[in-house]
Amino acid sequence: MNYSAIIDGSEASLKNFLRTLPGVDQVGAESRAAMLATRSIKNATKSYAIDLAISMVDLTTLEGADTPGKVRALCSKAMRPDPTDPTVPHVGAICVYNDMVSVARQHLDLIGGHDIPVAAVTTAFPSGRASMPVKIQDTQDAITAGATEIDMVIDRGAFLSGQYGQVFEEIKIIKEVCGEKAHLKVILETGELVTYDNVRKASYLAMLAGADFIKTSTGKVSPAATPPVVLVMLEAVRDFYSMTNVKIGVKAAGGIRTTKDAIKQLVLVNETAGPDWLNPGLFRIGASALLNDLLMQRMKMRDGRYASPNYVTID
Amino acid sequence: MSNFEYAPAPESRAVVSIDPAYGLFINGKFLPGKSHFPTINPATGEKLSKITQSTTADVNKAVAAARGAYVKTWSKMPPAERAKYLYRIARILQERAREFAVLETLDNGKPIRESRDVDVPLVAAHFFYHAGWADKLQYAGFGEAPKAHGVVGAIIPWNFPLLMLAWKVAPALATGNTVVLKPAETTSLTALLFAQVCQQAELPAGVVNIVTGDGKVGAALVNHPGVDKIAFTGSTDVGKIIARSVAHSGKSVTLELGGKGANIVFEDAAIDEAVEGIVNGIFFNQGHVCCAGSRLLLQEGIHDEVLEKLKRRMSQLRLGDPMDKNTDIGAINSAEQLAKITSLAQVGVSEGGESWSPDCALPVNGFWFKPTIFTGVTQAHRIAREEIFGPVLSVLTFRTPQEAMEKANNTPFGLSAGIWSEKGSRVLWASKHLQAGVIWANTFNKFDPTSPFGGYKESGWGREGGRHGLGAYLKGGDHE
Repeated sequence: MNYSAIIDGSEASLKNFLRTLPGVDQVGAESRAAMLATRSIKNATKSYAIDLAISMVDLTTLEGADTPGKVRALCSKAMRPDPTDPTVPHVGAICVYNDMVSVARQHLDLIGGHDIPVAAVTTAFPSGRASMPVKIQDTQDAITAGATEIDMVIDRGAFLSGQYGQVFEEIKIIKEVCGEKAHLKVILETGELVTYDNVRKASYLAMLAGADFIKTSTGKVSPAATPPVVLVMLEAVRDFYSMTNVKIGVKAAGGIRTTKDAIKQLVLVNETAGPDWLNPGLFRIGASALLNDLLMQRMKMRDGRYASPNYVTID
Repeated sequence: MSNFEYAPAPESRAVVSIDPAYGLFINGKFLPGKSHFPTINPATGEKLSKITQSTTADVNKAVAAARGAYVKTWSKMPPAERAKYLYRIARILQERAREFAVLETLDNGKPIRESRDVDVPLVAAHFFYHAGWADKLQYAGFGEAPKAHGVVGAIIPWNFPLLMLAWKVAPALATGNTVVLKPAETTSLTALLFAQVCQQAELPAGVVNIVTGDGKVGAALVNHPGVDKIAFTGSTDVGKIIARSVAHSGKSVTLELGGKGANIVFEDAAIDEAVEGIVNGIFFNQGHVCCAGSRLLLQEGIHDEVLEKLKRRMSQLRLGDPMDKNTDIGAINSAEQLAKITSLAQVGVSEGGESWSPDCALPVNGFWFKPTIFTGVTQAHRIAREEIFGPVLSVLTFRTPQEAMEKANNTPFGLSAGIWSEKGSRVLWASKHLQAGVIWANTFNKFDPTSPFGGYKESGWGREGGRHGLGAYLKGGDHE
């Protein structure tokens, strides 16, 4: 995508553009998010929302202790979240470190999950503190192993020291590595950017540099996908669409553990970016524990009572 | 493409029980009334109950009860004891919050989200706050031993029925006055439920008395020689009548009247939050707010951008059943008010303003008006000058900060104003130049019992809330 009408590629033009963005009033953004959290989602809407949320989950394991066995178990869960109920949709994607991509891809293919993408976190995730050749290689490896989604981190140090051009260039290079083969999600790590003004600036910077998705967090830093942060990012993709006619997705990751949390996110999407964003192509939730709570609530909606936790599988 | 249409989420009305008819609350007892008029749910037209039309004799009886309670008990009670009653009332209001919220929504038409999250919590907060002052009045800056007026006649409007009751009753009682309250004709139910709370709290008989009915009852109260102070919230027209009536009577008076608040958005504002503030400023409580931001002043450079965002945001407002927890815009309170809003909106069109409303279906029964904005409005339009008291916003533009101040102040009113700018120096500069009793910066329609509220010019006399508000209920405190 070429945004030459907005920036000419120079650092100066990027800085000038980011400076023209209106500020975010912290109190106002937080009260808007709090008001939307009071929406009461019931009955048929709740059932719909639970299935929609399941289909948006990027089921994630990003631990030093990850093993092929663990990743295969996760893939099975992704494919058939509730083994007793085939009407449950499969999740949006599996998200792993790059050395686990081939394990995940092969196992998904084996169990019929051809259309579940494997996402890899790259560019020296989660800190992003490595040289550019390492970040490129990290990404390249993941794609070679079969990743079709790349979750890269931005260089927060560069962003916070005002070197927007460097952040922009890194995203652009990783986007080139992804080419047509992989979808690029850019992690802003909003917990380290701290202010909503920074979240807005980083969102635009990532979109202009070629992100297909902007993602809140690595899940390794708290706070992560708080409702006001997601609100500001949804406003950014909405306004970017008005400006360029290009729809960028949003991924909320980190701290979304309950069905209630997930539904609040869907309400934010519905009333900020709009219903067009309410599909896994434009909104994802990065999570691990969330899926089981969604399944518990789904059983409750179906059976009218809560089942024992032993009726949902651990992964 | 989406099935994410919110299913109805109605609040249950089982928590309230409404009597078939209501009498008056005088001297601690409910007395049956002689003639009644119906009170309806404005969202459906359903008749809720019958309310008593008080007579002059009823008003006399209520004032006598208030005088008796003042002389015999309330003025003699140690202030810390008065505080106990106020704390007790505040706690009962919190315990019965859901009941009050549901009843308020049924009787007034406002969304349950607002009665639940704004009105009732603020009501309890008002009683808690003033309870704290009751035994500390000598430190409030009104002399060493400030004296109560005696009997307060309080007349309140229909837009925030219970909250306006709290704004009058809490400070009046805290300062040692007794009260005769007349709620608005269309919204008496929560005041009558409050009377039950007074009984439950074992408030001494006659300290709070409630007489219901139309403007004639209010006039009888205003003109009653046994009333020492009048506290009125309502229209500027009625406020002027009251001011004339009490002239030379020796009565003290506070008036909270109309407004035509300017909500000023500078080009350096946080635009998304400003749009929220514009919506909150004029569509909160269906625009039935005396301090509503009913005049939007936009700097010309951001006019188109803000309007586009405002229209998109307005398209998401959920209008309908006020009892649904997801409703943003409820019903207009009465047929009379709907007629007034409709006629002023027609004036707007005939004077050349361009009207826009989102595409939303209005319920068949009850009183409804779509959220509406008028663009191309100038200072010379009636809809930029007269209070509409409904969900109708007039959009004007300005070129320089000076021009914004001139336009904002070019009104007979002076109740509220909003400033939207990320630049601190501009906010401070503008707040110095605006002639308005309440100025919000980067927010709107925020209320707190600690903050004085009131108007300049034809928006009223005196302040309510905070330390300043206490003065209105103390001898010699009005001129503070």
